[in-house]
Amino acid sequence: MSQATKRPPGRGLSSRSDDVFRTVIIGLSLVIALIFILSIYQLATVSWPTLSTFGLDFYTGRTWDPVNDVYGAFSMIIGTLVTSLIALAISVPLAIASALFIAEYSPKWLAGPVGYLIELLAAVPSVVYGLWALVVIAPKLAEWQLTYFTDPAKLETYSACQELWLQGTSSFQCFFVPSAADGRGLALATLILTVMILPYTASVARDVINLVPRDQREAMYALGATKWEVISKAVLPYARAGIMGGVLLALGRALGETLAVAMVIGDSQAPLTSLWQNFSTMASVIANQFGDAQQELHRSSVLALGLTLFFMSVIVNVLARIVIKRLTPEGIK
Amino acid sequence: MSAVRQDVVALRRSAPAISPARRLTNALMGGLISLGTLLVVAPLILIFYYLLTTGLQALSPEFFTQTPAPLGETGGGLKNAIIGSITMLSMASVIGILVGVAGGIFLSEYPKHPLMPTIRMLSDVLAGIPAIVMGLVVYGLLVLRFGFSGMAGAIALGFLMIPIVVRTTEETLKLVPRATREAGLALGLPRWKVILQIVLPAAAGGIVTGIMLALARVAGEAAPLLFTAFGNNTVTTNLTEPMSALPVEIFKLATSAYETDRQLAQAASLVLILLILITSLLARYFSSPRKYRAK
Repeated sequence: MSQATKRPPGRGLSSRSDDVFRTVIIGLSLVIALIFILSIYQLATVSWPTLSTFGLDFYTGRTWDPVNDVYGAFSMIIGTLVTSLIALAISVPLAIASALFIAEYSPKWLAGPVGYLIELLAAVPSVVYGLWALVVIAPKLAEWQLTYFTDPAKLETYSACQELWLQGTSSFQCFFVPSAADGRGLALATLILTVMILPYTASVARDVINLVPRDQREAMYALGATKWEVISKAVLPYARAGIMGGVLLALGRALGETLAVAMVIGDSQAPLTSLWQNFSTMASVIANQFGDAQQELHRSSVLALGLTLFFMSVIVNVLARIVIKRLTPEGIK
Repeated sequence: MSAVRQDVVALRRSAPAISPARRLTNALMGGLISLGTLLVVAPLILIFYYLLTTGLQALSPEFFTQTPAPLGETGGGLKNAIIGSITMLSMASVIGILVGVAGGIFLSEYPKHPLMPTIRMLSDVLAGIPAIVMGLVVYGLLVLRFGFSGMAGAIALGFLMIPIVVRTTEETLKLVPRATREAGLALGLPRWKVILQIVLPAAAGGIVTGIMLALARVAGEAAPLLFTAFGNNTVTTNLTEPMSALPVEIFKLATSAYETDRQLAQAASLVLILLILITSLLARYFSSPRKYRAK
């Protein structure tokens, strides 16, 4: 055996200590996997009574009645989807506008502070949004809603709508007529959700727009395009996939947003007949009812909502990562 | 007039003028984009205005030194919630930093390990799990067996911190040049010493930023604490007892019918948001690029 293939002194020791270090690091990293597995296991076992009793009816049933121990989550699933999707529809154009402003329009000295302010929106706690909506916005909305009860012409519309509502139906026009005058309800929840998810789309969109190569813009300017034409034909199509990823991240946030919504939505499981009525989302039901749930089936049903929410957010987030990843290699399409 | 200048003038004349319609669209969209940005920033300014005008009035020394007054009575403070928040956040940081930094080291320093892609995926997925669902999970894991406790709350918050710390740790570690590691290994240092004594110190600023951001994020969370730490009207630092936290108190007080409760909620919101603001400013300070510090 030649001298060269011999291990230098001390090598054996360091390789053993390397093994120990690696085992510790991997062991701690496995905690991440453990949390994930335990989450599914816990939520699945405790929500099993509900899922075995109601089966798929849990998702299609429209009655949520703790008194008679019947649980159908259809209306809160609708609540989650309606609030999230409307909030997304309003916030995405605004978020893209703010991203474009920072990346394309604003002078350098303004871009930093505006970007920081938008990121701060994400740092405001959920409960503070809820408090603000409850104390500042709700009374203003209630003032306007009250006109439906004081103004004779509007009162007539309201009465006509109320007849429809009592039968559990609505019409397109009645959908926009307020059903009460306390300010809280589906519309306020959607509004506050819109504000809360703005920073998620905005910051991803800004990063992606900044990644669009200068050449892309300059080629378009050289053709005699105006600034807006450059943005709409050269910048936005290029950044499309990345922005989509940001939108999905915001959707994930919106689906799981709890306390701000729980504080202002009114926790009602009545059928959806007006945009202004009290309603509930899956997350708001968990926050509002879990503490009071006495019967086993009620508790289990709330946890089944948690399980559903868990899988919804996993799917949305995985989709978001895939979309963003597909963009990263060359930043194209 | 030089020949080149004449050419440019001629070229300008021959180029088709931008039509009024295109000019108008351009101006209109520019206006809309600025207006949109204003709309995005407006809520933040309104919220700060609201908290500063109402919260400052309600803020008094008692806020920091007393526990909540009995139902319906005026006065009282939120010492219990402040102490509770600090206790649980400290404990949560231990969990978040330990697992988060280890996870970040694993993802960045052992990229060829077969478990790497799974851990990265699960960490990303955990980042998207709603906080309230994490509260339910910890409820099932701990509260059902041991009852409400500050420890359960801290663990829920810690779990929420982990993916944020993992992500920032991994990203900063990857910024440390390969050559730095190779230099260490070439000197005959074992890998663990290279990681702990060369790579980690070089990336310390970014890792601290990640930890601060994670703290700022979970400090405002009430949802995972409702069914774990539950709340407590007395001051305690005992992690086996139920414990209160600022966001939990804000949630309870905001929905109360009493005006004094609402004032307390506004003061608590102001304090909470200032704490979060300071934390995130510190995070920005640590993330500002600096040179290696020699040991």
